[in-house]
Amino acid sequence: MKSKINTNFSRRNFLKTSVLASGGMLIGFNFLTACKKDAEMPVDIESLNFNDFNAYIKISDEGYVTIFSPNPEIGQGVKTAMPMIIAEELDVDWGKVNVEQAALDTKNFKRQVAGGSQSIRASWDVLRQTGATAKQMLVNAAAAKWNVDAATLIVSKGVITNANGGQLGYGDVVKEAAVLEVPEDVKLKETKDYTIIGKDATNVDINKIITGKPLFGLDYKADKMVIASVLRPPAFGQKLTSFDDTKAKTVNGVTEVIKFGDKIAVLASSTWAAIKGKKALTATWADKKLESTENHDKILTDILDGKKFNTRREDGNIKQAFAAADKVVERTYHSPFLPHNCLEPMNFYADVTQDKVHLVGPIQTPQWTVTRVAKLLDRKAEDIHCEMTRMGGGFGRRLYGDFALEAAEISSLAKQPVKVVFTREDDMTAGTYRPSTKYRIKAALKDGKITGYHLKEASINGNMYGLVPNFFPAGCIPNYKVDTGNYKSNITTGAWRAPYTNFLAFAEQSFFDELAGELGVDAIQMRLDLLQNVKNTTDKRIQYSGQRMEDTIKLAKDKASWGKTVAGIYQGFAAYYSHNTHVAEVADIELKDGYPIIKKVTVAVDCGILVNPTGARNQVEGGVLDGIGHAMYADFSFKDGKPEYKNFDTYRLIRMQETPKVEVHFVDNELSPTGLGEPGLPPAGGAVANAIHAALGKRLYRQPFVNELKKSNVLG
Amino acid sequence: MPNYTLNINGKQRYVTADEDTPLLWILRDELDLVGTKFGCGIAQCGACTVHVDGIATRSCQMQVSILDDVKITTIEGLSDDGKHPVQEAWKAIDVPQCGYCQAGQIMTASAFLEENKNPSTDEIREAMHGNICRCASYNRIEKAVKVAAKKMA
Repeated sequence: MKSKINTNFSRRNFLKTSVLASGGMLIGFNFLTACKKDAEMPVDIESLNFNDFNAYIKISDEGYVTIFSPNPEIGQGVKTAMPMIIAEELDVDWGKVNVEQAALDTKNFKRQVAGGSQSIRASWDVLRQTGATAKQMLVNAAAAKWNVDAATLIVSKGVITNANGGQLGYGDVVKEAAVLEVPEDVKLKETKDYTIIGKDATNVDINKIITGKPLFGLDYKADKMVIASVLRPPAFGQKLTSFDDTKAKTVNGVTEVIKFGDKIAVLASSTWAAIKGKKALTATWADKKLESTENHDKILTDILDGKKFNTRREDGNIKQAFAAADKVVERTYHSPFLPHNCLEPMNFYADVTQDKVHLVGPIQTPQWTVTRVAKLLDRKAEDIHCEMTRMGGGFGRRLYGDFALEAAEISSLAKQPVKVVFTREDDMTAGTYRPSTKYRIKAALKDGKITGYHLKEASINGNMYGLVPNFFPAGCIPNYKVDTGNYKSNITTGAWRAPYTNFLAFAEQSFFDELAGELGVDAIQMRLDLLQNVKNTTDKRIQYSGQRMEDTIKLAKDKASWGKTVAGIYQGFAAYYSHNTHVAEVADIELKDGYPIIKKVTVAVDCGILVNPTGARNQVEGGVLDGIGHAMYADFSFKDGKPEYKNFDTYRLIRMQETPKVEVHFVDNELSPTGLGEPGLPPAGGAVANAIHAALGKRLYRQPFVNELKKSNVLG
Repeated sequence: MPNYTLNINGKQRYVTADEDTPLLWILRDELDLVGTKFGCGIAQCGACTVHVDGIATRSCQMQVSILDDVKITTIEGLSDDGKHPVQEAWKAIDVPQCGYCQAGQIMTASAFLEENKNPSTDEIREAMHGNICRCASYNRIEKAVKVAAKKMA
């Protein structure tokens, strides 16, 4: 089979090489942009400069390969997968590859890397090209040594062999290779020749994780560092009027109490002292505009009932379709706000001095954070250095650097190094929440077909972004419209794993299940029939592939034995495209004393070439369980501006006894890899809701499901 | 502040701290044993799990003042080299995603398997129910506990 990936690249200014003083060859490259023309390569590992190159490869005299990856790990597996791609094209033994997060305290610790679910997709070509270019330089060096044509040489696992059987290891030619011209037009491997990509590789940090080595932001320590616990306004919309720190200052270990803005920081020599000191503060607050979930519910419903919308996409004539319909079906779906609840609470270190500002911590947006800190402290961006640690979960929360700004401001006022540490209560009540959102979907049915589809979104602060209106079922239904309406709230909101689609997919996929029932057709067959309409589309806005979605759905259908009735097992189906990846899921539910127990979820995924199958499967398993957990249990609300949930005693996250087995199958193809951190999540809620309907005959329109089931006396 | 002598990972450790200081913060802030994680502070998530006389215990709820006669084991002391059967199973199954909760998961699993050498799936699921994994790597945790159980039986 001919490879569908691009295997020809011409030279661009993307890598440079040098000979290391300590021996070996160093390759610096940049997988986001080309390197600066004047970028200089270091000759020692201590001075790696991640400003000009955002990754380095070292090949030692012994042929060992070290990849210095500054890319932070949130748990999505890129720290393992990205080096695998380089190693594949470099043609080395994966067992001889060592991956290191670049040391935290190097002299030049500027890094400009953005994380996110696009990491592999965005860097796929450059990582392969880098590996292949480095390999070509080593081969060229060997060819020069032997005085033969480089094309006659064969490479396997870091050993170069000539026509006479002579062999040179990479380590034998690194010195010569490092000073060669960077070759043009390197040839990349065909997918059939892969020996590393597509094979399971264990998480590169596994040994540190299982032995408890310091890795995370909360583990970071520095000389003279104090801990800051911050008292923030307890309600959104409150301002600080006065406070009393007399008691706080008597707590052993508390060194200072600092007011900044509407917040008060208690500084102490230990975390416990800082937390106790904060608890001992008393403060009074002035109320401005306090919002409650009850009001939001009414406001969002009013938006859906009203006429103030932005139209995001419109095809055909929706009015005519509804006027001519045999039947019109309309349903409304409701979701609560959601906190992220990364298990590592938000934290950040800052050391603000006259010369420089040093920031360290778990953050996905270092560059943005530097810009904001520069503005806050009126400093030059070049004086600010931001380092990233491994992150104890992200889910979108660590895109927002509020905690880094707090650390910088406190350190600037205290004139000493400070680490801000959130307690769980701080983390859950000073969040950047997934906004509460409602969808109202209306379909026109005529002659056994869906002829019209109108989706309205009412959300808080933001609306579905960019291309989401061009996801399924756009292009499948001739008369189609997506409208969005908005309400501005003083509660901070932001991205949450699979933004918008995390709830939209549930609403839409539950709705389609209901439409299949109305039309008296099989739920999967209905989707497959619809997809035929988009297969040959010339509409460039359409984001998903009808063919790939069909293949994905068929794989899930087959693996889940869909429709082959097993007594006592009720199935529900959902499929969704997001983050460039097509996913289909079938949930199997069993009733135990009338309670729905989710036993299994069968998942089919098309994410192109699998770089690291074990890592990929892990992402999908987690995404599905995360999706189920939040759809089933996660409730969050506000009363008079105050979050009503503060910790895990009342806020419910999915736990082991509630988890089904997740069985993951990948569509086998040779297309470029796409995102995996998020796309497994969106269909999960819909698949479960549809299975619950199959089991109990009850439709779910509001998350979390557990509340709805309680109301209908399914759960006591 | 009073002085305390603690037996941690087989060594005598001396600390000065307020009597209400939780073991969690003694470990993390005073003794540089940061493998034990802070997750909720109210014994609901299990990230701070250590062994106290072999029993899986939430270190965020154990005051330093009541620990003078007990043996404490943290993730750093579970084995010399990461070769405890539970740690090896975690590696073989490639359990972690973000990795933050995993030390607590491993400490809960290792104490449980000392008590129950031949656990059923339901017993494993019950034993691990108190430990939250926000990345939801639960399928793999369950599988790894089964693998470790076979090795320890």
